[in-house]
Amino acid sequence: MTVSDAVSTDPLQPQSAEQAEAIHVWNLHKRFGALEVLKGVSMTARDGDVVALIGGSGSGKSTFLRCINFLENPTSGVIRINGEDIEMVSDGAGGQYPANRRQIERIRSRLGMVFQNFNLWQHMTLLQNVIEVPVHVLGMKRDEAIAIGEQLLERVGLSAKRDVYPAYLSGGQQQRGAIARALAIQPRVMLFDEPTSALDPELVGEVLKVIGDLAKEGRTMLLVTHEMKFAREVASHVMYLHNGIVEEEGPPEELFGSPKSERLKQFIRTVS
Amino acid sequence: MADGSIIPEAVWQTLALLSPSPPGWGGNLLRGLLHSLQIALGAFGMGLIIGTLGAYGKLYGSPLVRDLAGIYTTIVRAVPELVLILLLYYAGTDLINRTLEMAGYQRIDVSGLVAGIVVLGFVQGAYATEVLRGAIKAIPFGEIEAARAYGMSPTLMMRRITLPSMLPYALPGLANLWLIATKDTALLAVVGFSELTLETRQAAGTTKAYFLFFIAAGALYLLITLFSNVLVARIEKWARRGMPSIREARS
Repeated sequence: MTVSDAVSTDPLQPQSAEQAEAIHVWNLHKRFGALEVLKGVSMTARDGDVVALIGGSGSGKSTFLRCINFLENPTSGVIRINGEDIEMVSDGAGGQYPANRRQIERIRSRLGMVFQNFNLWQHMTLLQNVIEVPVHVLGMKRDEAIAIGEQLLERVGLSAKRDVYPAYLSGGQQQRGAIARALAIQPRVMLFDEPTSALDPELVGEVLKVIGDLAKEGRTMLLVTHEMKFAREVASHVMYLHNGIVEEEGPPEELFGSPKSERLKQFIRTVS
Repeated sequence: MADGSIIPEAVWQTLALLSPSPPGWGGNLLRGLLHSLQIALGAFGMGLIIGTLGAYGKLYGSPLVRDLAGIYTTIVRAVPELVLILLLYYAGTDLINRTLEMAGYQRIDVSGLVAGIVVLGFVQGAYATEVLRGAIKAIPFGEIEAARAYGMSPTLMMRRITLPSMLPYALPGLANLWLIATKDTALLAVVGFSELTLETRQAAGTTKAYFLFFIAAGALYLLITLFSNVLVARIEKWARRGMPSIREARS
């Protein structure tokens, strides 16, 4: 089956081809006690955008990604997802938390998060992991979820492993399975949090290939990564974070080809 | 010895005391066993419910809830179970009846079975709280985070992720609690509840065949344990379905 003859029914295709705003973040701050990790970061991702976040460790790039689905509560700032503003209330101690838990749950269930350490549920087989959220959070019929789940596992090359528990899979297989789990919710945006950092070097390629294919399909993605070459290939927009602010951003050719900031020049030299 | 049997007649007569129908006392012992099992099952189940609430309260509750759970587990685990049973049984039923009388109702007779389950369940709950709290803390943090990241509500997460994930870590401790529950039922003999130990004492006292009846009771307790071990091993195998065998990992 080729991709083109399955377009109309293919669950892997993004829902909308319009260039609408998928995620809009304005002036995001995040403070852990005395430590301010994000000092006013703004970003807009439209449908089809692939935004790569790069930066040294401690630059705040992972925290920024985790604020978007509220795994961390931002200290201040505006987050709008699918055109929906997230209402926050003050916790009375300088922080804030989401006013409406259900709104957060609804938004999270449309953001496909892929973690550095895969975080597959160990007591479920690979297929069970993939259908868990569609069936129990999104209310999809089990048969339908299984049919889609099987297609997705085929897409990431894991059909033969559908009934295997995660502990029996290699890191690369687990991460590809985790990507299938993220795709199964038909996400508006995919969030990748250093998806290859926990992998043995020889397993990085298979995971990057899957992510690269998704980028080519026109999926909207936010990607925190240390793989500069990969970021340059797949990203439509790159943001370089340093000490909690966006030091420089732009199209990948520009950013990697002719970096303006001294820090970015140095960063590119050290990682490549 | 007249019929040439190797076993003396006197031994036969003694063993006949175990016959399930009168004049044998076997029926009483089995009835006592049944009562013991009912109480143990009820108390263990109640302990699991209290323990789950207690563990969640201690882990995720507000400061007040955490303090209350802390006081509960500390006091229950500090006071000897026999004292707790006497206290809860007599003071508990007294309290209920006084409350009823003050509200203008008739005194009630609290059934020994219900009282036994509640009293032992209250004790079990304190230990189960700690077993389950430890097991929940042993779940890899990322699995909980993934559940949050995919929009699971707290109750869905508890049902689908937290409880099944913590089960392998909780089972050894819970199996201990279950076996303790079966034996703690013997403590209810002091409040006159006719479970296995009290039935045994009565049978032995009446017939003077102490050795026979206490050996028989011991054998029944042992059978419960052996049967439980088989069951627990099966449950543990199922609960650990996603985990590679420890033995394989050792090599």
